[in-house]
Amino acid sequence: MAKKRILVACGTGIATSTMVAKKVEEALKARGYDVLVEQCKAAEAPAKAPNYDLIVSTTTLQNCGSTPVIRSISFLSGVGVDKDIEKIVAALGDK
Amino acid sequence: MPQLNFLNPELIQIDAEAEGKEEIIKKLASLLISKGYAKESYLEAILEREKVFPTGLPTEGVGVAIPHADIKHVIKPAIAVAILKNPVQFNVMGNPEEKVNVKIIFMLAITDPNVQLELLQDLMEVFQNKELLLKLSVSKDVDTVLRLMTAKDDDNAEKMDMAGNY
Repeated sequence: MAKKRILVACGTGIATSTMVAKKVEEALKARGYDVLVEQCKAAEAPAKAPNYDLIVSTTTLQNCGSTPVIRSISFLSGVGVDKDIEKIVAALGDK
Repeated sequence: MPQLNFLNPELIQIDAEAEGKEEIIKKLASLLISKGYAKESYLEAILEREKVFPTGLPTEGVGVAIPHADIKHVIKPAIAVAILKNPVQFNVMGNPEEKVNVKIIFMLAITDPNVQLELLQDLMEVFQNKELLLKLSVSKDVDTVLRLMTAKDDDNAEKMDMAGNY
C-alpha cells in the first residue's frame, strides 16, 4: 500500500498545524492508512504542494495546483470532525 | 499529563474586561512581555497575525481564541489565559469573514511546537470539552481555572485529589 503524503498548513506553521497534524495522523492511521504528515506555513504551501497527495489547512491558501486542499478547523474546535475526516478520506482515495 | 508548568497563576486573568479583541490581546501580550516570556515585538506580531490569520474558534461550548505569533518573538514557553466578563468578537480561523463571540482567550507563547506538542494537544482537548469550557467561562478564581485545566476530564479531578498529587 502506498504511503499517503499529507501537508498540514496554518498561518505560522506553529500552533494550529501541530495540533491538526497529530489529529489527522491519528484519524487516518485508525482507518488503516499509511501516512506521512508534515506541516508548514500557509505561505509555503503552494511551493510544497506538488510533493503531497493532500493538503489540510486551517486557513485559506494560494493556488496549490492539482493537490486537493481541505480547509478544516474542526480538529481544533471539535465541531464537524467526522465530516472533515470523511472529506479527507474521500480525497485520498484508495489506501 | 497536562504540562502545568506552562500554566502560571500570574498569567491568568479572571473577569477580564475589554471593549474588543485588540484590547484583550494587548493586555495578555503585555503580561507575557512584562513577565519575561515574550519579546517587545510579540505584541505587534500577534496583532498583525490576527489580522491576516484570525484565531477565533467556534466550539460546541464557548467561543475561544488562540492568538499566537512566530517563535522568534518568544523567550520561553507559556500560555496566558483570560476569562472575559463580556465576550468580544474575533474573526474565525480559516473563515475571516465570519465572526465568533469569544469568552476565553488562550494566548500562546510557543518556542518549539514539537517540544510543546503535549501542551497544544491538551489545549485542543480543552476546546473539545463543552462542559469544561462552560465551567471555565464562569470561573471566578485562578485556582478553579488551574484545577479545571489540569484535569484531563471532570472525573479525573477527583482521582488526582485522592492520589494527592499530579
